[in-house]
Amino acid sequence: MAEVDESSKPMFAGLSDVSISTDIPVEGEINVPVGTSSQDDEYSTLDEPVKDTILRDLTAVGKKFVHVMYPKKSSALLRDWDLWGPLLLCVTLALMLQGGSVDSKEDEGPQFAEVFVIIWFGSVIITLNSKLLGGTISFFQSLCVLGYCIMPLTVAMIVCRLVLLGGSGKVSFIIRLLVVTASFSWSTFASTAFLADSQPTNRKALVVYPVFLFYFVIGWMILTFSQST
Amino acid sequence: MFLKMASSDGNKNTNTEPWGGFDDNIIQGTGSAVIDMENMDDTSGSSFEDMGEMHQRMKEEEEVAAEAEATEEETGEDGEFLGMKGIKGQLGRQVADEVWQAGKRQASKAFNLYANIDILRPYFDVEPIQVRNRLIESMIPIRMINFPQKIAGELYGPMMLVFTLVAILLHGMKTSGTVIREGTLMGTAIGTCFGYWLGVSSFIYFLAYLCNAQITMLQMLSLLGYGLFGHCVVLFVTYNVHFHSLFYILWLVIGGLSTLRMVAAIISRTVGQTPRLILCGTLAALHMLFLLYLHFAYHKIVEGILDTLEGPNLPPIQRVARDLPVVATAAVNAMNVTVKTLGVILQSH
Repeated sequence: MAEVDESSKPMFAGLSDVSISTDIPVEGEINVPVGTSSQDDEYSTLDEPVKDTILRDLTAVGKKFVHVMYPKKSSALLRDWDLWGPLLLCVTLALMLQGGSVDSKEDEGPQFAEVFVIIWFGSVIITLNSKLLGGTISFFQSLCVLGYCIMPLTVAMIVCRLVLLGGSGKVSFIIRLLVVTASFSWSTFASTAFLADSQPTNRKALVVYPVFLFYFVIGWMILTFSQST
Repeated sequence: MFLKMASSDGNKNTNTEPWGGFDDNIIQGTGSAVIDMENMDDTSGSSFEDMGEMHQRMKEEEEVAAEAEATEEETGEDGEFLGMKGIKGQLGRQVADEVWQAGKRQASKAFNLYANIDILRPYFDVEPIQVRNRLIESMIPIRMINFPQKIAGELYGPMMLVFTLVAILLHGMKTSGTVIREGTLMGTAIGTCFGYWLGVSSFIYFLAYLCNAQITMLQMLSLLGYGLFGHCVVLFVTYNVHFHSLFYILWLVIGGLSTLRMVAAIISRTVGQTPRLILCGTLAALHMLFLLYLHFAYHKIVEGILDTLEGPNLPPIQRVARDLPVVATAAVNAMNVTVKTLGVILQSH
């Protein structure tokens, strides 16, 4: 390109200094496999039976649940993030937390919308916080991790409801307290195992604290759930 | 020379450039991401214009290719409307990609314009040890008021303190007895704490502007945020240990210390007796009164709700014996009946 410029446009000879000389070898991979093959796959999944699609998605969600229950430092949760699991957990938790019976005059317990909003806005705020602190994790990956780590708290909610069926005295309160505390620390620990890796080492505490607060508030909502019969 | 287009993992393309960045799907029919720039005019100076030209050229090529394929397919299969082929058809795919690209470009432009969190990034650049030191220092007033005191401008500590205050308020509601209407109480707690932090900071900043004090909005937010640390401590203790006298002592001591710290910092940045008095008086009053309000208002809310719950259980209106002049028995009976019905009406409310 430099030679062509010099011969045809001598007045722009100065510009030839700008272009890269061909003597410098260009290294690296310049063929990036883009698009068409994955698009073919995408379009071909429209033809498969619904059962296959659902099973595939459920398997992915199930695998991530297992990762949360046994939090090892694996990147599977981060790589293929999806929001199905968090949605499922959030809806389950909100439905179970919807308090009281329809006969009570006052609204007992948080409404479905409150729990939903708290979970999602809390996750958004924690994600923003970790991004502002210089984290390398992306927005939806963080939402995915925080949502999946609500699972121990959902399990605790189920256990609490079962315990409440037996009675609501001091003993049941102590049991519920222990269960909720254990699950809330499990949630915090699990999400830390995934999130803290994306932070510089000395700032992990700054990221863990809001996560701790978030799960504390959810744990508080679970603990104070009382059924009026 | 060849230009390499980088694509991030999978389908997630982080478009951070304001001019739309490199779109992955811009090359439609080819399998590689290599763009040959040999045919490009080198007369433009900025890369922005180059990208604009490249985009235009790509679009034109695509449209030409789409038309060519459309005519091919149309002549190839007679009587079949291309639209019926749906998403599988080449034309449909092109159009869908065009729409996707246009939408993505618009969305990323809007996102980069309005939701750019990078402007807040420098205010979150702290270390845990700094946060801990600032928390402790927020309770220690400095007596140097003739020279402007240094106020750290960060937002991480204040934000975490506001959220902690919200959590403590919620915890307080739980320990103060029956928890009713948790939902609206939660919204109230969040609204109160954030409203106080942002509202009072803005108000004091406005007063500081009037009184010619050397303080920025960020510093005011940071100062008031750290001042909430005292509030958190006091409320945490008094929601678990219910002594009113203990609360008053803590209110004076801890609330007073954190107020003094804030007041000293502002005095050191103001000149003149009257401005200093105005600013400090307002800030001290608002800060101390907020702590009082948090302690008593939420107690009252819970107690008020308990009262309305127990309303129907109140004893019916008692009849007070009165010395009535002797009148017809019917009139007395009529009066009794009216009073009874009134009582029933009032009771049912």
